[in-house]
Amino acid sequence: MDQILPVIADGIIYSAWLFIAALGLTLIYGVMKIVNVTHGSFYALGAYAGASFTGAWLARGYPPVLSYVVLLVAAVLVTLVFAPIIERGILRFMYARDEVVILLITYALFLVLEDTIKLIWGVNPYFVAEPYALLGSFDIGGLPYPTYNLIMVGLALVAGGGLMWLLRGTRVGKLLTVVIHDPEVSRALGINVGRYYLATFTFGSMLAAIGGSFTAPTVSVVPGLGVDVIVLSFAVVVIGGLGSLPGAALGAVIVGLVRSVSVHYAPQLELFVIYLVMAMVLAFRPRGLFSLAEPRKI
Amino acid sequence: MRVVKNTFAAAAVAALLAPTAALAQEPVKIGTVMFLSGPAAAPFGVPAKQAFEFVVEQLNAGKAPAPYNKKGFGGSKIETAVLDEAGSTTTQVTEFRNLVQRDKVDLVIGYVSSGNCLAVAPVAEELKKLTNFFDCGTPRIFEDNDYKYVFRTSPTATMDSVGAALYVKDAKPGVKSIAGINQNYAWGQDSWGDFEASMKQLVPNLEVKTSQMPKLFAGQYNTEISTLLGANADVIHSSFFDGDLEALLLQAAPRGLFKKSMGVLTTGETVIYKLGAQIPDGTVIGARGPFGPYAPHNAYNTWFHNGYKAKFNSEPNYASYQMAQAILGVKLAWEKAMAANGGKRPTNEEVGAALAHLSYEGPGGLVRMTNGKGHQAIMDTAYGESKYANGKLEIVKIKRYPAEMVNPPEGVKSADWIKSGFKK
Amino acid sequence: MSRDRTPLALGAIFVAIAAAGPFLPPWLLFILTLAIARGLVALGLMLLLRAGLVSFGQALYYCIGAYTAGALGIRLGVSDVLLQALAGAAVAALAAWILGFLLARYRGIFFGLLSLALSMILYGVIVKNEALGSTDGLNVLPSTLFGMKPHEGWLRYSVLVAASGAALIAALLVHRYLATPLGRLAPAIKDNEIRVEYMGASARQAIHVKYVIAATLAGMGGALAATTVGHIDPDMAYWTTSGEFIFVTILAGTGSVIAPFLGALIFGAIHTVAYDLSPNTWQMSLGAALLALILFLPDGVWSLFARRKAA
Repeated sequence: MDQILPVIADGIIYSAWLFIAALGLTLIYGVMKIVNVTHGSFYALGAYAGASFTGAWLARGYPPVLSYVVLLVAAVLVTLVFAPIIERGILRFMYARDEVVILLITYALFLVLEDTIKLIWGVNPYFVAEPYALLGSFDIGGLPYPTYNLIMVGLALVAGGGLMWLLRGTRVGKLLTVVIHDPEVSRALGINVGRYYLATFTFGSMLAAIGGSFTAPTVSVVPGLGVDVIVLSFAVVVIGGLGSLPGAALGAVIVGLVRSVSVHYAPQLELFVIYLVMAMVLAFRPRGLFSLAEPRKI
Repeated sequence: MRVVKNTFAAAAVAALLAPTAALAQEPVKIGTVMFLSGPAAAPFGVPAKQAFEFVVEQLNAGKAPAPYNKKGFGGSKIETAVLDEAGSTTTQVTEFRNLVQRDKVDLVIGYVSSGNCLAVAPVAEELKKLTNFFDCGTPRIFEDNDYKYVFRTSPTATMDSVGAALYVKDAKPGVKSIAGINQNYAWGQDSWGDFEASMKQLVPNLEVKTSQMPKLFAGQYNTEISTLLGANADVIHSSFFDGDLEALLLQAAPRGLFKKSMGVLTTGETVIYKLGAQIPDGTVIGARGPFGPYAPHNAYNTWFHNGYKAKFNSEPNYASYQMAQAILGVKLAWEKAMAANGGKRPTNEEVGAALAHLSYEGPGGLVRMTNGKGHQAIMDTAYGESKYANGKLEIVKIKRYPAEMVNPPEGVKSADWIKSGFKK
Repeated sequence: MSRDRTPLALGAIFVAIAAAGPFLPPWLLFILTLAIARGLVALGLMLLLRAGLVSFGQALYYCIGAYTAGALGIRLGVSDVLLQALAGAAVAALAAWILGFLLARYRGIFFGLLSLALSMILYGVIVKNEALGSTDGLNVLPSTLFGMKPHEGWLRYSVLVAASGAALIAALLVHRYLATPLGRLAPAIKDNEIRVEYMGASARQAIHVKYVIAATLAGMGGALAATTVGHIDPDMAYWTTSGEFIFVTILAGTGSVIAPFLGALIFGAIHTVAYDLSPNTWQMSLGAALLALILFLPDGVWSLFARRKAA
């Protein structure tokens, strides 16, 4: 069965992409309890910024090797412009409202951002294929794979590992855990909860933007790019257990591998395989694979 | 010079017919609907909208070549109302009703999505509003129903698949196996279905290696490309369009997919201007008819192509051509109906009667409204292969297929016609 | 609050629609009918919302209702608006009764996302099925009423009145239900389920019942939408459709059974005005308008009326 290696490789490459896309979503939910639809907008913003910045960089004849840095910088910059405006300008007034109301607010913001992106970048597609082709390719099971995919896998590992370290190994992370468990007590303890929320929202959105920006060289950046990412990353996060980092990683790997198997052996199922996995997981683990125990309040 | 004379003549005639002319001078309001947002905006919506703007502007100025040189529609200025085609079919039906009943447009030209065409057609019939679909491909519209007010001046998608199969047989003699990657929705399923069935008719004992059907706008095709690389088919068919097609090409290029197998991209024309360098030489490129690089050398094409390019600084793609010929056909029918009723402003019924079974020449060549009881156009089609040279993609080895060879005869359903071995 | 004025108000609205209909332009009749169809779905969502549950997959039943209506027409030639609405409601109710055994165990975001997954599976099944028209969908037979085909000019009016009648009855029944002990349990379930259990009531059972009622309403709404629009396609089950329904529900508020219909009408009006005025940036206009409504009317549009009543 010489197909088995490509099946696994394809699965892992897709998982890495899913994980990067979903990581910020689970972080924001974990800390702020916001199901953030604008996550898709930040993915799209990152993709547009990445494609246009890198395009300009290459057009000036600057060294292509550095285009990977440009992709990263573009994602960071575009997030720093939009995320604080959204969090400080609108979301922070809403934290007292129902989860679903905040979800709808982010949905309305998503609609506004869709057209904002269109006003800034127009409807014509952007491409920067160079970073994708630059590194050549390698063989797995007799099939060529672009080396760029390794960057995505590396990025997923660094982002996941780094965030884990940040939360568990640093003072900031420990204070954030306090905020997660009880924002009101945190406030009483003198923690500036607003600042943590701003930082979390910006950082989580930045992860989405980085996902978009590093995907940009492999796709054509067009309007509506962020829509599908929303539901896909929700699915991954829910399978893993909302707010759990290891859960998101496991969710991404499961979805990636199942999808890969289905494309190779049963392409007809690809369309809803992710939802089947989600429904199956929820049917047996109603709060996802890595769910946090919740106290029963009487 | 002739144009100027004709305008004078028209003005003189108009002056003579002053009383009725007053009525005829009322502007004609055309509602037009195409994607202005979402992934289908760049490949279809915007090129079509630009073509619409260009042609309307030219017609209003009386600058189009004869017989389209009369100002506006029969001397009446054209006014426009533009709507976005994005959103559900429910939204589109709602907005179509608003367009007709609230904005009181005289006729509608539009719709890229087959689903929207199918949903709007019965409503157009209910509201008795002449509606010309300019781009959508499904043959079901006129095969499943008869309409009085609904027309389509572009050929169906069947022509694209049959044409592609004929071209593959000619260009790659001894083809033994095919594979496909198409979007998992009606367009992708039908395109692949027709192509597969046509190939099986043309090449006995053909082996179908795999048919990949990723979700629409999925964007990530690494896994599918692995499967296609592993399948090692002679030919890979794809009806992907724009964003998805571009992503597929970008992800396939470093892995040499379309170098290993001959690629057949039935809507490839929408990306050749932007992504020429990523398309390996020898890839079969379709334009859904004799449009773009396959457009004939006639006065209409020169006028349209050069004018469009000068105005928008980009090449018109097949959606632009389809829009241009959709307006020109309706204009001709309008004026024919007007002439038939003595210069009075024609009703929708009269324009419809004139448009049915009409034949006319446009930027894409001859359009014949022969199918669907005179409501569905057939045209010749053409396919060719890509060749990238000097920073520009050119189409070489062009083969033309006459309309009767790639379209079913009147009254025969596309699927049955292919199954019958393309019986005349 | 001495007398319950809602039934009277509902009746008055019905009479007003029936009386004003002949004088309204046809495009408005269409928008009103659609608002009623969608209002029914939102009414069901309101029931669930009162118990603290948000379904991101209500489009599942909307779509089931629509395809039931479509199938009745295409397979059996039944094009009667009211028969289709009843059939759509019945099939959706049956499906919800079965799925309810699973879903009634879920709360919060997991309830929402599991229902989303189920509706997306239905979407996938229809897309893969060419007999169901795949994404292009199917045309529905033109509407008839009591075996008669209304005269062309009266078609939209007849469908509107039929839909209003169906919605009137549904809204009255829901209103009655809200006054029953089981109906009054909803806010308690939302607040604290364990207390509800200590009272001797079964939260799971109560939610199952609400879930079936909500699906019945969604199925009826879907069938009415199908016959009104004249076309059905799998987008009716897509998550964005569910999203719109939730939006309508939140926009409306949970104060009265009239609210969801008002919400649907406002949502439809904003949508069509945004399309009309800014075809290039309608998403931005729609988003901004919805944002403003949520920000300035935190308890939904209905709070405007409730406040006035109180004064």
